[in-house]
Amino acid sequence: MLIKFTGGKVYDPANGIDGQVRDIYVRDGRVVTPAASDRVHQEFNLSGKVVMAGGIDPHSHIGGGKVTIARMMLPEDHRGHEVARGDLTRSGCGYAVPSTLTAGYRYAEMGYTAAFEPAMLPVNARQAHMEMADTPMIDKGAYVMLGSDDYFLRLLAKGGHKEQIKDYIAWSMHAAQALAVKVVNPGGISAFKFNQRKLDLDEKHSFYGVTPRDIILTLGRSLQELGVPHPIHIHGCNLGVPGNKETTVSTIRAAEGTPIHLTHIQFHSYGTEGDMKFSSGAAEIAELINQHKNVSIDIGQILFGQTCTASGDSMRQYGNTKSAHPKKWVVMDIECDAGCGVVPMKYRDKSFVNALQWAIGLEMFLLVNDPWRIFLTTDHPNGAPFTTYPHLIRLLMDKTFRNEMLRRIHPGAQAASILGSITREYTLYEIAIMTRAGPAKSLGLKDRGHLGAGACADITVYEDNPDREVMFTTPAFVFKNGEMIVRNGKIVKVVTGDTHVVRPEYDRKHVEKPLKEYFESYHTVQMENFRLSDEEITAPGCGHAPGTCGCLVVHPTGART
Amino acid sequence: MSASQAGAPAAPASAEQTHVHVTCPFCGLRCDDLEIARTGQALRVTRNGCDKAKAGFERPLTAALPRVAGRTVPLGEAIAAAAALIKAAKLPAYGGLATDVDGMRAIMSIADKSRGVVDHAFSEAQGRNIKVLQTSGYFMTTMTEARNRADLFIIASDVHTFHPRFFERVVCNEKSMFSETPPKRTIVFLGEGYDTSAAVGTRIGDVVTLNCPINRIGEVVSALRMLKKGAPLPADVIAGVAKAQIEDLLARCHKAEYGVVVWVPPGLDFPNADLTVHQICEFVKDLNVTQRFAGLSLGGNEGASTAASVCAWQSGYPLRVSFETGAPHYDPELYAIPQLIASKQTDCLVWLSSFTADLSPPATDIPTVVLGSHDLKLAKEPDVFIPVGTPGIDHRGQLVRCDSVVSLPLRDLGRSANLARTVDVLAAIEAAL
Repeated sequence: MLIKFTGGKVYDPANGIDGQVRDIYVRDGRVVTPAASDRVHQEFNLSGKVVMAGGIDPHSHIGGGKVTIARMMLPEDHRGHEVARGDLTRSGCGYAVPSTLTAGYRYAEMGYTAAFEPAMLPVNARQAHMEMADTPMIDKGAYVMLGSDDYFLRLLAKGGHKEQIKDYIAWSMHAAQALAVKVVNPGGISAFKFNQRKLDLDEKHSFYGVTPRDIILTLGRSLQELGVPHPIHIHGCNLGVPGNKETTVSTIRAAEGTPIHLTHIQFHSYGTEGDMKFSSGAAEIAELINQHKNVSIDIGQILFGQTCTASGDSMRQYGNTKSAHPKKWVVMDIECDAGCGVVPMKYRDKSFVNALQWAIGLEMFLLVNDPWRIFLTTDHPNGAPFTTYPHLIRLLMDKTFRNEMLRRIHPGAQAASILGSITREYTLYEIAIMTRAGPAKSLGLKDRGHLGAGACADITVYEDNPDREVMFTTPAFVFKNGEMIVRNGKIVKVVTGDTHVVRPEYDRKHVEKPLKEYFESYHTVQMENFRLSDEEITAPGCGHAPGTCGCLVVHPTGART
Repeated sequence: MSASQAGAPAAPASAEQTHVHVTCPFCGLRCDDLEIARTGQALRVTRNGCDKAKAGFERPLTAALPRVAGRTVPLGEAIAAAAALIKAAKLPAYGGLATDVDGMRAIMSIADKSRGVVDHAFSEAQGRNIKVLQTSGYFMTTMTEARNRADLFIIASDVHTFHPRFFERVVCNEKSMFSETPPKRTIVFLGEGYDTSAAVGTRIGDVVTLNCPINRIGEVVSALRMLKKGAPLPADVIAGVAKAQIEDLLARCHKAEYGVVVWVPPGLDFPNADLTVHQICEFVKDLNVTQRFAGLSLGGNEGASTAASVCAWQSGYPLRVSFETGAPHYDPELYAIPQLIASKQTDCLVWLSSFTADLSPPATDIPTVVLGSHDLKLAKEPDVFIPVGTPGIDHRGQLVRCDSVVSLPLRDLGRSANLARTVDVLAAIEAAL
């Protein structure tokens, strides 16, 4: 069946289309270039409407133990935010930490067709995939967390095990069914278990003797040599600590040109100037990012209100417990492998620190000049729930609105920020890069995030409303694999998205022989059960037809070098 | 890899088949190093099983068939009868919930559709931790972390009785990641009447027992907290424990590189036991200001941690949850099934117990549907009984471990092809609603 989307203003940056009126054709879930003689079976007149690929969120905590701890801990987050069962949809609830089903529906209703869990602990991978499987409508995948796990650290400490480390990284990606690799407070989660309370870029781990710099470089180069599309996804040292911009600057320089992705950089861009010893480092870091083409970032914008922070960074989250609101929190040491910290947080516009954090995020958005290397995130739910994206987009696209909001925040923070002097307004083309084309390219999802021939027909259609918040809140239509799933912001069909993984090449026998012995000696799970099989994350009898079940899409990697 | 996994042709009924790396579904520890031999329908634990595992795996398969009002019927008829009872009910109550992840997913789906209540048989015990989580939170660790790192264990429940391999796997292990010659461990039993027999071996150093009634553990921990803060104790003996012993324990805590307090929520079975858990968790927080310490909560038998986790990610809330209004509502007191039965608020009980023979439905006169293991003990014939397979024996599955972090795959040991999967039965009932 050939479907024609007629006459919309298309924003498809991957193919250089910037608001030109184009027709798009879809057959069997893919964008196609039809022959002149092909008959159109269904047509949508999109005249005057804005057409983009479905939104892609490259960093959103949607699945895994820490999110479920947050859900359990915060019934007050859910009360008043219940969603009743509909004709098509299941019930659920939640504002900052919604239930999985509700999260899937809300993403789709907002025009997003994919979201990626950035912090999947290897030992928690099975549960992360269970939760993602219960997140309907959207495609998903996850980044496996390495860098504080004993096996990696001991290999690194021994030195000279370059190929073995690469094999282990690749094995971990296969075992956890991952799309990318993330490092969180490199080595710091482990160091905290040895009672170290901070670990700077060049500070040695007291037991292994390695530094975060060693860890980042090893992971970054290994992933590059394994041909994994997404560079090492770095949650750096010293998250949230005033003065941490120096660490961020040093981390960028430490990469020595190796591709790196610095995540939720807003939380890592703080200076110590002023009476409050807290200032913006955004201008300096943005300038450095503009110069270093090997670096991409996402922001982790904060927006005011109640939310919950959930992170693998047990060391820094323990430090943040003093700001918990309400006053309760969970921190965990996990399996000599990782950790987690769940700390509820209320960001207030009348708090100097929170207000400046808000301004720092926006400064960073507006001062980094290449939208292909900056992705729109709130680090859901850490900075704010993902449902605030339309508001955030308006802040970026509408200077007048932004300045109005700026006038409401703590006056000291207004004075400490250069935000009011920045005149840049994002264009729809740039928004389409930041929320679609850029993340897809960075993650190696070749057939997502664009509308060229061969692309998966995940398409979002918006009314061209000058109030961009309204526009991005309620799309006119959302199509997943060419099927209409949302109309006027409401779900009209429930579908199950794909799970995206990459599988770099490695020598399984070589890596599993010592690993098996290691697991048997030290762990409480056998290696054979640590690995997550395809059968566990696909529906039985799945023919791997995209969109019909929670099936796997394996994206290609480059050749191993 | 087991023969069945390798896709080997079905063995003749008499041949013995060995399965390795088998996960045991019979307690919350989820030991996954078992070897099981199957001959026909008979299973034998040949390596690493405890008494609970042996009792669970080795009980003979009885010929159970679906029944309606005690009469053997085809499965389809039992499903139709179950659906009719649920459909007629004003507030169906889904209890027991001893099942795997897929089974729990199916329960959530049908409870949502039929506007029912979900409540695990062990919600009360689990709720002791959840209450603390929701009021103040905690600092926790997991089994591998404790196994390798801890040099002090404070055992605040009768752990060995609930989890017979805990000491073997987490406390008495000879190897540690962090030393070729790991130091001896101090074991402190806090509470009286525990089975302490497992605290033996080359790793075990001092074994200390502080004999206090279990329901007064909280007082001893509170005294530890007071001493730590430099406050005077109100008496020389607290809950039967001399002040000197409490001071000695505090000194041991301060000396520890990594101390772990272990408790089993079902073992703290007395009124307001959440306050004991709270004291323990706050003491652990106090210590973490300058040193490293963590809690380790066990329990999770009969799929309790799986049920709470799945319920929390799908509905937003841990157990107990009602879908009566069409949206999830959480109330750990109001939606307790025993309370709903006693107050006649529920008019249909759907009981799911697929692991042991012992997790029987409560006695009640309201219409009852039981999805049970083949040999589930029933005090009274339910209106509908549907035998279901045991996850990890009769079909594949997944279970969440007691720490709610690690989950394990369950293997199909190929015992019976006749026992239906819970998820299929519930999906069929839901479709018939």
